[in-house]
Amino acid sequence: MTSKLSLGGKAYLALMFLILYAPIFYLMLYSFNSGDSMSGFESFTLSHYADVFADTRLIVILLDTVLVALLSGFIATVIGTLGAIGIVSVRNRWWRHTLLSLNNVLIVSPDVVIGASFLILFTLIGAKLGFASVLLSHAAFSVPIVVLMVLPKLLEMKTSLIDAALDLGASRRDVLTRVVLPMIQPGIYAGFFMAITYSLDDFAVTFFVTGNGFSTLSVEIYSMARTGITLTVNAISTLVFLATLIVVAGYYWVTNRARAAEAEVRA
Amino acid sequence: MKSLIRSSIAVLVACALLFYASYTLNATSNAGGAGVITVYNWGEYIDPDLITQFEEETGIHVIYETFDSNEAMLTKIQQGGSAYDVAVPSEYMVEKMAEEGLLLPLDPSKIPNLAHIDPYFLNLPFDPGNRYSIPYFWGTLGIVYNPNLVPEGLTFDSWQDLWDPALKQKVFLYDGAREVVGMGLNSIGESLNVKDEALLRRATDHLKTLVPNIKGVIGDEITPLMVNNEAAVALTFSGQAADMMAENEDLEYSVPREGSNLWFDNFVIPKTSKNIEGAHAFINFMLDAEVGAQNADYVGYSTPNAAAMELMDEEVVTDERFYPTGEQRKNLEVYQNLGPEWMGKYSEYFMEFKMAL
Amino acid sequence: MSAKSRSRAPIVPYAVWMVLFVIAPIALVLYYSFLDLDRHFTLANYRNFFSSAYLTMTLTSFWYAAIITFFTLLISYPTAYLLTRTKHKNLWLILIIIPSWINLLLKTYAFIGILGLHGPINALLETLGFDPTQMLFTDFSFILVVVYIFIPFMILPIFGSLDKLDRSLVYAARDLGASGWDTFRRVIFPLTISGVKSGIQVTFIPALSLFMITRLIAGNKVITLGTAIEEQFLVADNWGMGSTIAVFLILVMVLIMMATGTSRKGGRA
Repeated sequence: MTSKLSLGGKAYLALMFLILYAPIFYLMLYSFNSGDSMSGFESFTLSHYADVFADTRLIVILLDTVLVALLSGFIATVIGTLGAIGIVSVRNRWWRHTLLSLNNVLIVSPDVVIGASFLILFTLIGAKLGFASVLLSHAAFSVPIVVLMVLPKLLEMKTSLIDAALDLGASRRDVLTRVVLPMIQPGIYAGFFMAITYSLDDFAVTFFVTGNGFSTLSVEIYSMARTGITLTVNAISTLVFLATLIVVAGYYWVTNRARAAEAEVRA
Repeated sequence: MKSLIRSSIAVLVACALLFYASYTLNATSNAGGAGVITVYNWGEYIDPDLITQFEEETGIHVIYETFDSNEAMLTKIQQGGSAYDVAVPSEYMVEKMAEEGLLLPLDPSKIPNLAHIDPYFLNLPFDPGNRYSIPYFWGTLGIVYNPNLVPEGLTFDSWQDLWDPALKQKVFLYDGAREVVGMGLNSIGESLNVKDEALLRRATDHLKTLVPNIKGVIGDEITPLMVNNEAAVALTFSGQAADMMAENEDLEYSVPREGSNLWFDNFVIPKTSKNIEGAHAFINFMLDAEVGAQNADYVGYSTPNAAAMELMDEEVVTDERFYPTGEQRKNLEVYQNLGPEWMGKYSEYFMEFKMAL
Repeated sequence: MSAKSRSRAPIVPYAVWMVLFVIAPIALVLYYSFLDLDRHFTLANYRNFFSSAYLTMTLTSFWYAAIITFFTLLISYPTAYLLTRTKHKNLWLILIIIPSWINLLLKTYAFIGILGLHGPINALLETLGFDPTQMLFTDFSFILVVVYIFIPFMILPIFGSLDKLDRSLVYAARDLGASGWDTFRRVIFPLTISGVKSGIQVTFIPALSLFMITRLIAGNKVITLGTAIEEQFLVADNWGMGSTIAVFLILVMVLIMMATGTSRKGGRA
């Protein structure tokens, strides 16, 4: 099926890659500029990186951003996995459809609407805006993603396996922990990683529900960008880009390992 | 299953470590105590040598933190998690904080240097009798422009100059409802504190005729654009204009004669203070004539300290662009706290103007 | 799976979660859209929304979203098509997707430098003999940046449907004498329409609700529904009006979801 690409096709793809990566490399390049703007590269320096690490506030924000991503991802994975298991166990078609539609609502909703509605929610229940509200919001918009990643694995699962386990005298708990969870494990990991990336990428929702001095990286970059260009932001970008690559690599490593394990189980 | 449990534990341990690291880093920057005061000020708004001098003279250690908007400062103080002893809000925020009971009354007997302040800047409507606040710096809202990039003869001594057809796509406005709608009101000869729908309507319609000249409605990003000769004309605050002019000598600043906004940033003692004595000592120190002069030279904003002005360079304090005379000040108005309903209307008209862009 | 193996327990936390974070927020937005500044019941927000200023803004917002979606599709479809024909197509796909995992703010920030008067694009223009111009704060730069950001989100679903396409149908069409264009128009495109629909869905709705790029790149000269919501909530403190616009956006979203069919792939920006 793979036929050779024409020269024009290759050129088009090459151009696409160039366009998609140019802004990112442009940012990274200027993080080493000794000048103070993103034009006219003067000479190589690491001073902007030193600035990042000397700024306690920035370090705190970086740590908090990662903390929110990991913890919200974890919460979302637990709730989402249970939710997916619950959804497939609903036998009434109408209920099942309603649950799936609700699930989709949060995925398709514009972030600005999610942010605004959560802001109303948190204010009404009298929650202080800050770490907790950001954490809950991130977990909230990640839950449906986890559900979507886990659901197909559950649907692929063979009913006979569960019946066999029950026939052999396994309790429901055993079925869940020894049969179901191991089978859907790749979906769980994929959901967790998707949740993390959504959390790290989010700006709009966090912008609405944060407060009391709590900030994540994207909100901080927004306020920095509003006061003009500082190459410290470029240095952070480079660090974040490298971190993203590590997460992506980790994701493929874990899912491939899980897939291999799955293949072993099946064999 | 084992792998899932192991992964979960790994994630939770990582979270705990991150939380601990972030918490300890935060804690080290938020200490408080007897010989210590925490000053909460705008960024780049004090000569750091003066902090050292204050510490040497009084033995009080100063923790210095900065904020970038009145609202950000307000939320931190409302939250009450940090022990700020001195803060520097703008006038409308002083009024709001006083209303919300967030400020402690000042004790004038502990601030003898209060006598140095020009009486013109005392007993202002936002804080009658200076019960809670003392002015730190003041300034105006006006037009900063680059004479090389605008047609000759435009000096912006009238708001109407912004409407000049030669300025097509050259004017930047500040992204603030009070500022832009206020400018619209001033340009049709009205007060920037009106509570009158008809006047607001007229001001907005007048502003809409400015649309062809507008390049953008932005915030602090304007500073590098003006400095690098990338922007020709911008509506901005005098302090920011002074910053730009320090880096680009070609720039000029003008406050149009029809009137504009006069603003004040003020020392206050928030109720979060744990060292009220120290806070008074700090304010008194900053109001000293020599200290005030040195600080004004460093910061570049206009000082209300008459005694300090006598020690400063004659040329600076007689520069009418930044120290408008009593006659010129007549047309300047301080923003009054209009209450939520009218603030909402100003925002609504500003939004309508932006939608017309 | 048989019913006896199931317990209802797992769904409880999920159901509670959905009530709390999907049903309650939407109900609250609806409720707030009927409140004025003093929290009294009013229809004024809706009256206001259907006034000329907001209607114009809504129409322009749709117009921009349509242009953005069109160009994103125009660029992404050929890319997705060519990708399916490369040797290590999954690797190339990942490489196309990686930029979409970089924080949106960082990419926007990069364009502030790239489009600036002293940025590389102007430097290029200058060497070609053109006068440098300020490209920031224009409609053009706004569309450019947003299209750039959405391309990977559009490629992903189209790639998926192209990849599933049965090539023998294409060969059959060619054997029967259809021209390349005819084959594309009558065979390939109709068979991949579901991917195109999902792509449009993940581009059009976010394009209506962008707010940060309108400020940083377009200097507030483009106001989208998203900008209006953000301003009402966070600047003007008029939650009622903000909620009214949000209700409208939710309705549009539901309509688009129905028109394009609910899709599985989510994309947010």
